[in-house]
Amino acid sequence: MREQLLVLIVVVPLMASLIAPLLAYLSKRLVRGFAVLAILVAHLSAVLSLKEVLSQGTLYYHFGGWAPPWGIEYVLDPLSAGLAVLISFISLMALIYSKTELEEVTWIRRGVFYALFLLSTTGLLGMIVTGDVFNLYVFLEISSLSTYALIASGGTKAIFAAFRYLVIGTIGGTFYLLGVGYLYAVTGTLNMADLAVRIQPVLDSPPVITAVALMIVGLGIKMALFPLHGWLPDAHTYAPTPISAIISGIMIKVPAYVMFRIFYFIMGSGEGPVPSALTVIGCIGAAGIIYGSIMAIAQKEFKRILAYSSMAQIGYIAVGFAIGNIYGIIGALFHILNHAVMKSCLFLIAGAVKWKTGEYTIDKIILVSKKLPITMGAFLVAAFSMVGLPPTAGFFSKWYLVLGAFEAGKWPFIVVIVLSSLLNAVYFFRIIENVYLRKGTGTEDTPAIRKLELPITMLVPILLLGAGILLIGVFNEQIIAQVIQYAVPGGGF
Amino acid sequence: MIYELLSKYFIYWLIFTLFLLGIYGMLEKRNLMKKIMGMNIMQVSVIAFFLVLGQKAGGTLPILITGVTDVDKYVNPLPHALMLTAIVVSLSTTGVALALLMRIKGIYGAIEEDEVIRRMNK
Repeated sequence: MREQLLVLIVVVPLMASLIAPLLAYLSKRLVRGFAVLAILVAHLSAVLSLKEVLSQGTLYYHFGGWAPPWGIEYVLDPLSAGLAVLISFISLMALIYSKTELEEVTWIRRGVFYALFLLSTTGLLGMIVTGDVFNLYVFLEISSLSTYALIASGGTKAIFAAFRYLVIGTIGGTFYLLGVGYLYAVTGTLNMADLAVRIQPVLDSPPVITAVALMIVGLGIKMALFPLHGWLPDAHTYAPTPISAIISGIMIKVPAYVMFRIFYFIMGSGEGPVPSALTVIGCIGAAGIIYGSIMAIAQKEFKRILAYSSMAQIGYIAVGFAIGNIYGIIGALFHILNHAVMKSCLFLIAGAVKWKTGEYTIDKIILVSKKLPITMGAFLVAAFSMVGLPPTAGFFSKWYLVLGAFEAGKWPFIVVIVLSSLLNAVYFFRIIENVYLRKGTGTEDTPAIRKLELPITMLVPILLLGAGILLIGVFNEQIIAQVIQYAVPGGGF
Repeated sequence: MIYELLSKYFIYWLIFTLFLLGIYGMLEKRNLMKKIMGMNIMQVSVIAFFLVLGQKAGGTLPILITGVTDVDKYVNPLPHALMLTAIVVSLSTTGVALALLMRIKGIYGAIEEDEVIRRMNK
């Protein structure tokens, strides 16, 4: 069983997504419990694999018994295992939350929703676990296609947003495929470990430079780097709430991980076109941070503010990879963890506010803290973490990024990071002021003290994620020393 | 030099032209159906690029002929296998795009992009 754990991470949600519509025909509770069970199994497999990887080294699984480089293999090193744990956890939280979205729908719609959700999780987990660049393209398209359909289930405005995301996202996937084609033409192999060996002699040749440029564009579109972010605001705003949490929390992080893998592990960060590529990524990441924060201040809808804020936070990760020394990379990887937890919590809270009061613009949600005290407490923790106040988790990732920029001598990045923290404070504190401090003019009915303010399936994910932010912040040193340190190429400190 | 450029690399220039035509279609045309067609043209050009990579001078179809085991006599079959997957991805993407387009037509009654945006914001 132990050597099959690695495959269970991907295969269990895939099989579950095929069975889900059939179970939806039978009963409502059955399909819900089954879907939650499938992702829970994937999450537990990821946790057990992480423990095994940390104690024993990298795990490999060869499909069909074919040894690489002829066959496809799955590789799990500390970076992949940690990200697999994170993705399956956030996906589980969003799935639990989605019960209220699917109260009065037909059985087909419910079954197809769960099937697409599980397929999307399969695609993301497969992208992390695989060791073959073309297999990564297949999983990228699996997750993207199911996400396009899931976004489109959010109402009339969401359909055009999903169409726009489809066209732009397919361009991104095609650019990535073209980059893989150039790498294959030059080296003749698709396996990542073999590619790392064979590409070293030809790193300065025109095909590899073209491949790097194409991959930056392709993965940048999927990741929503600054000039390539056009699909992001509408898709996040109009999608159903658990889907917004998934896209913003984990779907834009996995292409960043892929970029990290290609530039640091396959090509090596010091040779060939990679330093110039990283400089370009750093510059557009910094521009994206400032642009996203300023645009977020100008918005009036709650989810749209969070969408532009996501775009800014991806800029932090890009800047972290561009800085290059160990603190920068640790900061970027830790920020992937933090932002996934923070942003999903925030989107779930936005959905809860909309469910409870029916409002989605921030000037109408006055004194919501009377109706939703616990939820707004979690919002306070998440907002402080986004701004970067200790001891929440957001402070530590920004600390590592600034430390890395200081050691590398790149002063513009420090200015950008500090400035964007101030800009984040502007719009988050405006929301906090509306929610807690503004005097309302209408009648506020005090809720009955016995009843819970939200259904329990909406409240538990919000509280778990909010508690997670505090725990990650307090225990950040253990997390970094035990997991993230081994994810950096070349070992630990 | 011109002869060498045309004979060895002309096919790549044609593929590049097709790629740019696809991107031009997606950017410039306002009709959403034409955007989907542009997307399809772009994906087909990438498929053709991969297939042309695998060609060898004097190679035949990669099905084993008894007695001929020299690798140089067969065209590389790996890009063909990869492109089967890419064709399936292109097909699924077109299917989802067309389904979304039918819903857009049902809700807004138009498939010109600026008309849809105008009706969406009204």
